[in-house]
Amino acid sequence: MIARLEGLRGAVRAARTRDEWAASIRPLGPLAIESRAEKTIMEGLSTASLSESLRRMLLIRRVEEQVIHFASDYSDLLTGNYHVYIGQEATGVAVCRALAPGDLMFTTHRNHGHLIARGAEPGRVLAEIIGRVDGCNRGRGGIFHVAAPELGVLHTSAIVGGAVPLAAGAALALKRRGGSAVSAVFFGDGSLEEGATYEGLALASLWQLPVLFVCEHNGAAPESRSGGEAATGSHPSRTLSDFPSSLGITSNVVDGVNFRAVYAAAAVASVRIGGGPVFLEARTTGWPVNRGGAAVLPGGDFNLGWAWNPSDAPPELQAWTVESDPVARLANEMVSSAAFSRAELDALDREVSEHSTAAARFALASPWPAPERALQHVFP
Amino acid sequence: MRELTCAEALGEALLEAMEANPDVLIIGAGFAGAEEHRAAFAPLRRFAGRMLTPPIAELGYCGVAIGAALAGMRPVVPVGTASFIYEALPQILNEAAGAHYGSAGQVTAPIVFHMRTGIRGAGGIQHSAAPQAQFWNSPGLQIAVPGSPADMKGLMRTALLTSRNPTIFIDHVRLQGVRGPVPDGPFDIPFGVGEVKRPGRDVTIVATSVMVQRALEAAETLARADGISAEVVDPRTLVPLDKAIILASVAKTRRVVVADETQRSCGVASEIAAIIADEGF
Repeated sequence: MIARLEGLRGAVRAARTRDEWAASIRPLGPLAIESRAEKTIMEGLSTASLSESLRRMLLIRRVEEQVIHFASDYSDLLTGNYHVYIGQEATGVAVCRALAPGDLMFTTHRNHGHLIARGAEPGRVLAEIIGRVDGCNRGRGGIFHVAAPELGVLHTSAIVGGAVPLAAGAALALKRRGGSAVSAVFFGDGSLEEGATYEGLALASLWQLPVLFVCEHNGAAPESRSGGEAATGSHPSRTLSDFPSSLGITSNVVDGVNFRAVYAAAAVASVRIGGGPVFLEARTTGWPVNRGGAAVLPGGDFNLGWAWNPSDAPPELQAWTVESDPVARLANEMVSSAAFSRAELDALDREVSEHSTAAARFALASPWPAPERALQHVFP
Repeated sequence: MRELTCAEALGEALLEAMEANPDVLIIGAGFAGAEEHRAAFAPLRRFAGRMLTPPIAELGYCGVAIGAALAGMRPVVPVGTASFIYEALPQILNEAAGAHYGSAGQVTAPIVFHMRTGIRGAGGIQHSAAPQAQFWNSPGLQIAVPGSPADMKGLMRTALLTSRNPTIFIDHVRLQGVRGPVPDGPFDIPFGVGEVKRPGRDVTIVATSVMVQRALEAAETLARADGISAEVVDPRTLVPLDKAIILASVAKTRRVVVADETQRSCGVASEIAAIIADEGF
């Protein structure tokens, strides 16, 4: 297995042009797992699990809409910047579906989707986002640091590359303990601009740590999502995954909008059996109404009907809905496969919307932490 | 009582901790400073599999060690010269220091950062740092400033085996060869409990780290040459700080000198002096 990976890495290093390089990078991880595992991956996506995955992706979207409402409908509930996960739901849900209960996870300032994908209760996530006592961190984390140690999400860093070395370290702990658990870390393309990321990747490769690096490159043009060059404008690499490849880390580029593709490319199995770290660059195309640290909802909340009739969507969202919306894409795939009817998915969405509305009510009703306990937990 | 150097006492604490708990790992540049003290750490080679020598990537390996601590290990990270810790501040201050608080007590990062601080001679601007006051400004870190071989051992054992906090372990480069009595067998020294190193009546000298040794020499000279009885108080840790032992001594002598090698502005001595002015007079 290791020898095979080494051989593939050699092939990558020998590629001469950037295109050859990019083409050779993509299949590395999945190929290394053998076709039997690939088959298992597809069998694992049963009708029920597809339905559950769409439910979770919709739940992320609905919860993020509540976050936007918190920021825009109230004067001082959510002040300052916030970062929603809309447009990236397929990545978090597919990777978390590939993870096992004992695995560890780290995330960033854009953490809400990852927490919900991992199974956190939306009411507790929303309560944390507005600093309430019923939040995942009892109100001490806030929107930037939502974490859930009971789900293996040990720590959430709002420093863009901050969690990368931590995830490698958690992988070191898992490796020392034996067993097959892995560590996974989500971070944006901007993380590759920080030295912590470089050093974390280098150490993970040097010590062959069981860690999955999930780089969510959320500014890719639709045509570049499946591979090839996709420069960010603020990192010198024309293909971000060249960077971990140069450190000897198996690197894959995947269309992060395509749930099935991300699930197949996650390569957790390769990490789990000791194949060393894997870097997954999941490319998505930015939600057009995301404005840096804030967002607007031009046509109101997302309507699942836009998946079937994109011309009903507000003009600024129509092209994105067709080409780049992971929720609309999976919903359409499920209907096209004839395993689901539109009515069934609409019912699923109604259930999810009720869940997120109740979660928002729960969060708003939760009290602030008691001021006299502000210093509690500085030390154990 | 037997006598050991600070380096030997530290080596003994590390060896005992590695024997006692298989989760104790050494991740870093190593403890051996000057050639003459390398033998003190040689027995650690028994645990070579738990001693990871990383590349020269302080930010990365401190971060990896913090992540390992969050996931249940007990790493001790010898960065070598304290100036190098500045390369790792983002991981220590932004991740380790706040992890426990930000999780409302759900996670801990039990990790020890060991560094050789202070004026060693010929260290220049990048090998003479004493960052304890800077770390004192970051809630969530506990800070040990031992000034004797016994304290070196007892505080390192506590930090590595029982504490749940991230620890900044300040080990002055000029202390390595200092000899002193060290009890036989394992013993722990709690954080936040200072010690009167020499009792006296006329004046209190509050001293930290290497200045404890210099204060003891000064007290001896004062007694012999001038008949002045100086009391030497060593808080041993800055966070938590044993204010009571300092204030009790000052209440007795009504005179105090604070001896510390770090910067005067926003430094260790200025903070201790401010506490004494606030609460002692």
